[in-house]
Amino acid sequence: MNNRDQILAAVKANQPDLTPLPELDSFFQGQETALIEKFTQVLNGIGGKVTVVADVEEIISILKASYPLDQTRVISPLSSMQEIANNNIDNHDPHALENVELAILPAHFAVAENGACWLDESILPDRVLPFITQHLILIVNKVDVLPTMHHAYEKIGNEQYGYGAFIAGPSKTADIEQSLVLGAHGARSLWVFLA
Amino acid sequence: MKILDHAERADIFNEDEKRVDWHDETLWWIRQKRDKSAHQIPEWENLRNAASAIKSNTLSNLHDYLLEFEKNALQNGVIIHWAADAKEHNEIVYRLLKEKGINKMVKSKSMLTEECHLNEYLEHNGIEVIDSDLGERIVQLAKEPPSHIVLPCIHKKKEEIGELFHEHLGTPKGNADPQLLTEAARVHLRDTFLTRKAALTGVNFAVAETGEIVICTNEGNADMGAHLADIHIACMGIEKIIPKREHLSIFLRLLARSATGQPITTYSSHFAKPRDGKELHIILVDNGRTRQLGREEFRNSLKCIRCGACMNTCPVYRRSGGHSYHNAIAGPIGAILAPNLDMKQYADLPFASTLCGSCSNVCPVKIDIHDQLYKWRQVLVKEGYTSTAKQVAMKTMATTLSSPSLYKLAGKAARTTLKYAPFMVNNKFNAWYLQRDMPKVPQSSFGEWYKINRKNNEQ
Amino acid sequence: MKVALFIPCYVDQFYPQVAIATLELLENLGIDVSYPTSQTCCGQPMANSGFEHLAGGCNSLFVKNFSGFDYIVAPSGSCVLHIREHLHDDDEPELAKQIAERTYELTSFLTDVLKLDTLKSRFPHKVGMHQSCHGQRGLKLSQMTELNAPDFSKPGQLLNLVKDIELVELDRKDECCGFGGTFCVAEEAVSVKMGKDRVNDHAKHNVEYITGVDMSCLMHMEGILNRQQSPIKIIHIAEILNGVKA
Repeated sequence: MNNRDQILAAVKANQPDLTPLPELDSFFQGQETALIEKFTQVLNGIGGKVTVVADVEEIISILKASYPLDQTRVISPLSSMQEIANNNIDNHDPHALENVELAILPAHFAVAENGACWLDESILPDRVLPFITQHLILIVNKVDVLPTMHHAYEKIGNEQYGYGAFIAGPSKTADIEQSLVLGAHGARSLWVFLA
Repeated sequence: MKILDHAERADIFNEDEKRVDWHDETLWWIRQKRDKSAHQIPEWENLRNAASAIKSNTLSNLHDYLLEFEKNALQNGVIIHWAADAKEHNEIVYRLLKEKGINKMVKSKSMLTEECHLNEYLEHNGIEVIDSDLGERIVQLAKEPPSHIVLPCIHKKKEEIGELFHEHLGTPKGNADPQLLTEAARVHLRDTFLTRKAALTGVNFAVAETGEIVICTNEGNADMGAHLADIHIACMGIEKIIPKREHLSIFLRLLARSATGQPITTYSSHFAKPRDGKELHIILVDNGRTRQLGREEFRNSLKCIRCGACMNTCPVYRRSGGHSYHNAIAGPIGAILAPNLDMKQYADLPFASTLCGSCSNVCPVKIDIHDQLYKWRQVLVKEGYTSTAKQVAMKTMATTLSSPSLYKLAGKAARTTLKYAPFMVNNKFNAWYLQRDMPKVPQSSFGEWYKINRKNNEQ
Repeated sequence: MKVALFIPCYVDQFYPQVAIATLELLENLGIDVSYPTSQTCCGQPMANSGFEHLAGGCNSLFVKNFSGFDYIVAPSGSCVLHIREHLHDDDEPELAKQIAERTYELTSFLTDVLKLDTLKSRFPHKVGMHQSCHGQRGLKLSQMTELNAPDFSKPGQLLNLVKDIELVELDRKDECCGFGGTFCVAEEAVSVKMGKDRVNDHAKHNVEYITGVDMSCLMHMEGILNRQQSPIKIIHIAEILNGVKA
């Protein structure tokens, strides 16, 4: 008998009698209030930055005012960002993204309770992009701010992504005497625009 | 060399009282952050109930869930391996690297690999392993094991870390600024991520319904490693399975809040398929888990989602440090998992507790930790892992306490000795007396008083 | 209602005043209370050390002593918890179960059974309440800080009936004192450090007295206080509720 069969047999022999799964419906209730405010408050509190804008053009002017864009390698798959992005990633080698300063990506939706945004492979030119970039910008539609993780997984449904991630803030660590440092191995900063 | 037990190690740890205070206050502060976070969610206790029920269902149907997970993962192009024990796990990892001619690997945090002593095994076989989680990298440079499952170097002061980084990464001598040290680690490890062809990670949750695995980090190191490597090896204990994707909502709401008080880790990465042309391997590991599954009183310990809340709240852990538990996983959860692996080696752990119950009540999956500690004590004594002296003392106590006359005699003798010959008790052989005064001796016992003052009611 | 007094072994031997206060308190409330004189110990010291299989003698003695009463009341949370969870007798299983269910810790007996809402006692002092773990988390005598649940405290409720008492709020409301049975000597260093930290929390808030429902915790803290030559005194809650001649 190989390992697999041995382990499975042992599991079958040792597992207890079946107990039922709980209902999760109750967790959806009573959560719908002030979502944009909540999202903003939470993400600001965990080291991210949130700006509510009227439209995508406003984002471009804000970014122009905030970064020296012509001296910066900016990557974005969004057609609306092509004015400021330089999408030179023809060799599909993630290592070539090493010097990306700014990545501007859409997110499918945001979660108010924890400041997280959901991205998956369908909007990522490369899985490593949101991590390898020095600074990350995410753009989410205001109507796509959901209350909780329960609503998040309901929206994701049974989407068959190869990879997806919730991103809630800049990378960080508190491993050195619990002093919070923003900018560990992933992006140093996260700026979310709600458009 | 004699292996010190928890009490002996804790004794040494307590020689530096100020350091104990620092360690204790730091972890208590984290417990408080967890409280603040939990109190912001009115349905917090319902979440715990749901998480506990999901994990109970998982354990009760683990066989079928494992098959479901394997089927779905295989369909996604993932390669699945099964390892009966630590040795087999290590051999599988080594073989995968050797097959590709790889001798340098980057690793992100996995307590399972600590349990299997993977790093030592690989180093011994010529594979360089670099731990990318900052806390893990620090203890790796210090040649120590991690002392906490979530905060690996919580026992290290920033000056000590500064020294290590000066020696190994060339940071300025005497510099202990966390910002600067973290930046140095970022630069040093970025090069590692960019050059390693193999990345090994742990797994926080494995979803049977979809075959995907979820890895949670704040640093982004698991992703930096996995998305740049040719081969991503993910190691998981078989108990990391959860039934459905929607269950992630429950666990991801509980995990970071229980661990550090954050609403969620910065990254919660869901890996379903390998990247185009690359490989994703998942190693499913038993290493004693099926045996624990068969222990009716202890199987609930397998519900653990490795949040570390029990360690943060444990007054004994905070004042003895993770290394006192001489096990990959320390604290209350370590004390109920370890005896299953080796009763002799870990017989001391379930006794390193006052059974205060705080752990069970912060546990997001409601493991009855303190009840299991009590039950392990009964098992360990029955199996003979207790000193002869203790056995004799307990038998004497049992005899004395089962006889009213012997009990009264013993009580009177104790009081008389303490009153008239205190030196027999107040000395260095009496562990109580080392730092505490003995109680004062009363005029009489209550029983004696009652006999005189309430004669009429005597039965 | 016939009530039996169950007195922890170390209270009987070293802190009889706590037993006397408990007895008097109940008598003054008009309760028919007696003390079965052949009682010894609940068996917890052995059970918590892994030797519950040796507690049979204690168990049957307990059943013998305490049958025939409507309630059994003890000035101790941990002893009562032990009885509630572990008392059994192979010869008299039903009787043992009944006795366990009827065994109450003192303050919960006063609030839940007697529904006490006035007390004649006065205790004009600054007092810190120690939340003994087994009573709090095991018997649910008061809410624990770990849970997101409504606050309540049975001992606190009773202390608030005492005139002129000033209860202080501690930094760590319900951290363990470190006694833990044989733990107090088997892990002496950690036990004492835990006790010292508890005592310092009270001292920081300038209490005159530390009280609680369990003499074991208080005995351990008193040992430390006396070694420190601290002016802080310990007093069992039964003594405060019964009225202390200050």
